[in-house]
Amino acid sequence: MTLRERLRQKISAAFYHHGLLCASYPVPIILFTSASILTCCYPLLRLPLPGTGPVEFTTAVRGYASPSHNPLGDPVERPDWYRGPPVAYIQQVLVKAAVSPWGSNLLPVDAFRPPLGQVFTLLEEIRNHVHSDSSGVQSLEHLCLQVTDLLPGLRRMQTVLPEHGCLLVSPGNYWQNQQELFDSDPDLLKTVQKHEPKGLHTSATLRDLLFGVPGKHTGVSHYSKKRVVTYTITIALSTYDAGFLGSLRARLKQLHPSANCSLGEEHMVHVHFKEEIGIAELIPLVTTYIILFAYIYFSTRKIDMVKSKWGLALAAVVTVLSSLLMSVGLCTLFGLTPTLNGGEIFPYLVVVIGLENVLVLTKSVVSTPVDLEVKLRIAQGLSNESWSIMKNMATELCIILIGYFTLVPAIQEFCLFAVVGLVSDFFLQMFFFTTVLSIDIRRMELADLNRRLPAEAGLPPPKPGPLRPREAPPPPRPSPHTITLQTPAFRNLRLPKRLRVVYFLARTRLAQRIIMVGTVIWIGILVYTDPAGLRTYLAAQVSEQSHLGDPGGGGGQPPHLGGMAPVFPGGDPAKALSVLPAREATPLPENQSQRHLAPGRVQEQPRGPPAATQVPWGAEDEEGWRRLSFRHWPSLFSYYNITLAKRYISILPVIPVTLHLGPQEAPETPRHPQDARLPPDPIPKFSSPDLQAADLTLYKVAALGLAAGVLLVLLLFCLYRVLCPRNYGQNGVSHGRRRRGDLPCDDYGYSPPVSEISPLLLRGHSMDIECLASDGMLLASCCLAGQIRVWDAQTGDYYSPQRGASWDGAGGACDPESLGCEGRDPCVGGDSASEDEGGGFPFRRHAPPLRPPLFTDQPDLTPLIDTNFDSRLPPSSVHAAPPRGAAFDYGGLVERAYTEHEPPSRSPVEAPDRGFACGPPPAAEWEGSVWAMELRGNLIAAGRSSGKLQLWDAVEGSLRCSNEEGASGITALAFLNNRIVAARLDGSLDFFTVELNKPPGLLQYRGAPGRGSMPPSPCYSSDDLISCQLTRSVLCAHQKPITVLRAAAGRVVTGSQDHTVRVYRLDDSCCLFTLQGHSGAITAIYIDETMVLASGGQDGAICLWDVLTGSRVSHVYGHRGDVTSLVCTNTCVISSGLDDLICIWDRSTGIKLYSIQQEVGCGDSLGVISDSLLVTGGQGCVSFWDLNFGDLLQTVYLGQTSDGQGVRQLLVLDNAAIVCDFGSELSLVYVPSVLEKLD
Amino acid sequence: MSRTLTAMADSTPGGYGSEPGPRPAPGPYISAVTNRTTNLVIRGAMLFSVGVFLALVLNLLQVQRNVTLFPPDVISSIFSSAWWVPPCCGTASALIGLLYPCIDSRLGEPHRFKREWSSVMRCVAVFVGINHASAKVDFANNVQLSLTLAALSVGLWWSFDRSRSGFSLGVVIALLATLATQLLVYNGVFQYTSPDFLYIRSWLPCIFFAGVITMGNIGRQLALYEHKVALEKTHQD
Repeated sequence: MTLRERLRQKISAAFYHHGLLCASYPVPIILFTSASILTCCYPLLRLPLPGTGPVEFTTAVRGYASPSHNPLGDPVERPDWYRGPPVAYIQQVLVKAAVSPWGSNLLPVDAFRPPLGQVFTLLEEIRNHVHSDSSGVQSLEHLCLQVTDLLPGLRRMQTVLPEHGCLLVSPGNYWQNQQELFDSDPDLLKTVQKHEPKGLHTSATLRDLLFGVPGKHTGVSHYSKKRVVTYTITIALSTYDAGFLGSLRARLKQLHPSANCSLGEEHMVHVHFKEEIGIAELIPLVTTYIILFAYIYFSTRKIDMVKSKWGLALAAVVTVLSSLLMSVGLCTLFGLTPTLNGGEIFPYLVVVIGLENVLVLTKSVVSTPVDLEVKLRIAQGLSNESWSIMKNMATELCIILIGYFTLVPAIQEFCLFAVVGLVSDFFLQMFFFTTVLSIDIRRMELADLNRRLPAEAGLPPPKPGPLRPREAPPPPRPSPHTITLQTPAFRNLRLPKRLRVVYFLARTRLAQRIIMVGTVIWIGILVYTDPAGLRTYLAAQVSEQSHLGDPGGGGGQPPHLGGMAPVFPGGDPAKALSVLPAREATPLPENQSQRHLAPGRVQEQPRGPPAATQVPWGAEDEEGWRRLSFRHWPSLFSYYNITLAKRYISILPVIPVTLHLGPQEAPETPRHPQDARLPPDPIPKFSSPDLQAADLTLYKVAALGLAAGVLLVLLLFCLYRVLCPRNYGQNGVSHGRRRRGDLPCDDYGYSPPVSEISPLLLRGHSMDIECLASDGMLLASCCLAGQIRVWDAQTGDYYSPQRGASWDGAGGACDPESLGCEGRDPCVGGDSASEDEGGGFPFRRHAPPLRPPLFTDQPDLTPLIDTNFDSRLPPSSVHAAPPRGAAFDYGGLVERAYTEHEPPSRSPVEAPDRGFACGPPPAAEWEGSVWAMELRGNLIAAGRSSGKLQLWDAVEGSLRCSNEEGASGITALAFLNNRIVAARLDGSLDFFTVELNKPPGLLQYRGAPGRGSMPPSPCYSSDDLISCQLTRSVLCAHQKPITVLRAAAGRVVTGSQDHTVRVYRLDDSCCLFTLQGHSGAITAIYIDETMVLASGGQDGAICLWDVLTGSRVSHVYGHRGDVTSLVCTNTCVISSGLDDLICIWDRSTGIKLYSIQQEVGCGDSLGVISDSLLVTGGQGCVSFWDLNFGDLLQTVYLGQTSDGQGVRQLLVLDNAAIVCDFGSELSLVYVPSVLEKLD
Repeated sequence: MSRTLTAMADSTPGGYGSEPGPRPAPGPYISAVTNRTTNLVIRGAMLFSVGVFLALVLNLLQVQRNVTLFPPDVISSIFSSAWWVPPCCGTASALIGLLYPCIDSRLGEPHRFKREWSSVMRCVAVFVGINHASAKVDFANNVQLSLTLAALSVGLWWSFDRSRSGFSLGVVIALLATLATQLLVYNGVFQYTSPDFLYIRSWLPCIFFAGVITMGNIGRQLALYEHKVALEKTHQD
């Protein structure tokens, strides 16, 4: 036990040091590992490439003996398959026969009927050939490969293929090797054609098998121009008897000498065939691979809590794969050649080696304390798991060793690979993967660090470079009128990870490119190494070049012949050049030496040359079998159920036979009567219709294939259209405000679903809008100029901007300086007094019957509406600084309208009449701008910088009450039930109560408006007398100015610059808790009716609190710089910061789900419409997001020409409308589709 | 041979779990899954399909053993066995897959060793590998074959199960299945094509045992999965 403990400690210590090492020097270690992987994989280069093509090996005929099973001598020279006797020796007798000279009395049939007829005599000769020497008498019957039945599926071939005897095939088989049948055959071609399979066949056809040369080279057709018939007699021998073959060769040559033939007889070629993979073998293989991928998938899915999950998963897979490669490489290096099928055992090897260790490592490292240094984390994680890793490894090695002692060769080999693989896998895990993990962890920490740094702490992370946070670079400001939703980095941020990966792949076409390149390389290598391929061709070319350079050989050669000469090995150049049978290249001039003349057109040469030159022999005849399909021999043998897979055949040098048939002999061979009826040769110099026919079939097939392809594409397209009715990639209907090119996801070909959302623009403010407040029915806005306007939130379209019920409530209106400096246009403020609004609202809010009396009672106000702009603008622009301010209030205006029943003349006249708030205009007395505003019922509470709290009637625009008890500016207001809470700049908190006093009777509405701070006299349209009393004032609520104030659920929560949050009870203004936890001023607070309290501070931290106990629930660092706004939903917290990021956090765990990059300056404009819909503002637009996935749903552009004004404030109304400021305008956006979605 | 193999496979249900069970889609689906009978039916159906699939594939693997280069009809050899073999495999695998978690809960010792899908995948892969080896590797004699296979099967159990109940259940079912196959052979329902009679008999129990372990693993994983869903649901409530 103690030993075990000690061992354990030692191992743990070793791992600890190793982890330190890895994390300290990541780059050198990765380089070292890569180098060692490459070194170990180097021996793999010598292994053959996977492919099913046959492999060849050439030996000399002379002194050939069948190789023994146990190779001795140098193994380098012989391939390892070259052991034991071959399946068969193939002896081909290549017959070229021509009728020459061609007589005019000959029919086209005569070109091949007599030559074919000769096959029977040749066959006779071969069959009867007997060679006798000292060892005895040898005949073909003894030596040839005896075959039995054909496969049962090949009954129809029974008549043509030999059964129960020698495997000897020739064209004579078509006629059962009987001359009589041949003679009585009316149409030879038809007989030949009869056995051809229908359709397109890639493998060997019967015609190829019997003729032994490719179909188009046989010359058996009516239109053959050469009139040379070529065919072979193929004999399969089971034993090699040099004497017999030699005598057969000599005999045939003697009988039919080939004068110009110089085919080599020195080499025999052994062809080794690989195993062909059938479907039956493929299915289990595919199954194992699917299981393998499922295993890898389920394993890598467990990697978590790291910076780049995919990167680590890739590293894990790379570790396993390269360890396998290393194991194979090492085994080959030490002389153990793999005999198992690599593709088959590979999945099992991966499974045996496994990804477990890697996952365990990751998990262990990730679970170490986060605040440690990276090095130490890695080291600790490693040493924590060291014991289990070692134990597992030992167990696996034991199991494999047990497998090794089963003494079954295949299993032993597997185990050997597995052991080496395990060891190298361990090595790679320790060096490669650990290092990658340390890099990853470091990246994550840096990212965390950046996130945590407060804004003032400076941006640059300790290590710049690739570790820069993704959200770092602010996108360049777009020019006005173009809305670009920024830079790929920005886009990446809000897409889910899986989509990002997919998009990345799609964008770069990475997978396709890799596959393509791989395929091209593979094909290239195959082509290069193919025995009939490029290499031989190149070699031939080189030798050819050397011939041309030889002055004695091809000196007088026309250069084009040399260039176009086919492949042939070095030999006598003269002979080689006489060999271009198929060439119809430029006919050589007559004065060319006869020697060089290519006798391509036999019939054109009248009589002169001797017959010997008429039948061309060339280098390509020497190994004519190469032109056959590489499945020629396997298919021939497979008919007799002999497989060539993993075996080889030996092809002996061909025996050339030349037959010359004089024109007088040709007719002697009995013609069939029907031959004469065949049409005469149709103009031979036209093109050969036979070839044409072949070409035509090719064309037909190609055309059919093309048509089928087009049809398929069309079909798929239709299917796609049916299944995906949305037009993703299309430009679709061009849309007024939407510009597709600017949509955030456009370069992925996806544009969000189009639905008509048209924002309503509410115009009227002259300056930028500062405050927004709404109670669901009404909407109040206040601009920098101090104007307050009220809109109907329900029917945004109800108010045209000109007719909107707006009024100027600015106390500063009376101040001439402020007027001038604020550039306020009084006419804009006083433009309208629509009684629809004035009356309509109360009507809707109160009882319907009220309406008629209201309206009948009222004077005609329409003149107020239309006249003001035309008439007022000039004066207003002129009068920059009238003594008493040009502004007037709507209430006063209306009153005047009521009194005078005429449009009032403006500023100078009204000046004394107006202005409840201000007396004469000393600058010190101005009321200040509106800093906070709240709207409840139809009362607007406005807090001013001067410390004044004013209550306005939203409908009538009259000041109902004003309270000046505080001197310090009101920074925040909360209006709940009948309470108003005002937070002041000096940190005090005032609680007001609004009391509604029923007046005894309806007072005259012409009562003089109150002046100064006195509550206004009873109003005409309101029943209530409103008073606002300070109930309690908490003087030192905070040490520093209160920045945020929120009230809900009977609580008032304040946040201040003194880093604390306080919770008060609304009823008795008693301080319940002081919440401490921020290290900066509080900038944002969220509380709702469910008592969720969240606060954000200048330090970028977000805290969630339990309002009941005052304890901190969670604490996250979310932003660089201030947190500007906070919203909670049931499941998540949404925060925005000065860094223009919107972060979405999981509420329960405090984990950041994702973040959205906002436009510069629009950081805090966000709202939540429902639990799943987020609205954010942008440059001249608002965007809707799916909160659960971070997908952009839609972007709505606010202006026709979005001039790049940012949406800085955004308010969500109850009816799923949103209001946002848009420069000096307000925009009311209804979200009908969203409503549908919510339903 | 193929018939014997498929006959054998009828109680060597392997698990192929590329479909990793029902995904936890929120909503009515969960309630359907947590419903006990529905749950059972779903699990049974999945195990059944896995069993059928593996029976077909492994059968093919065995057919391959003396397949020629050009078999006359490759595709039909997939279905070369009798029609009743795959359904039998499926049923047996469903039974075993349901039996294992049931017995675990009865014994009151829940299986805790390596309960994750990647491990299950590994187990399935090893099982297929054992079949592959038995089909492809040429052994010198039957004793060697059966010893190797037995070692491999026990290794499978040790690597992925390690529970006594699993082992005993596996042994019992393997013996029963071998007996049943023998009975079927004696009654002439089918017969071994291979001349060496001992060959089949020597490795049938091992393959059976490995199959039972594999199937039990899948069944346990599925049960665990649905157990989790149920837990979540109660949590939410």
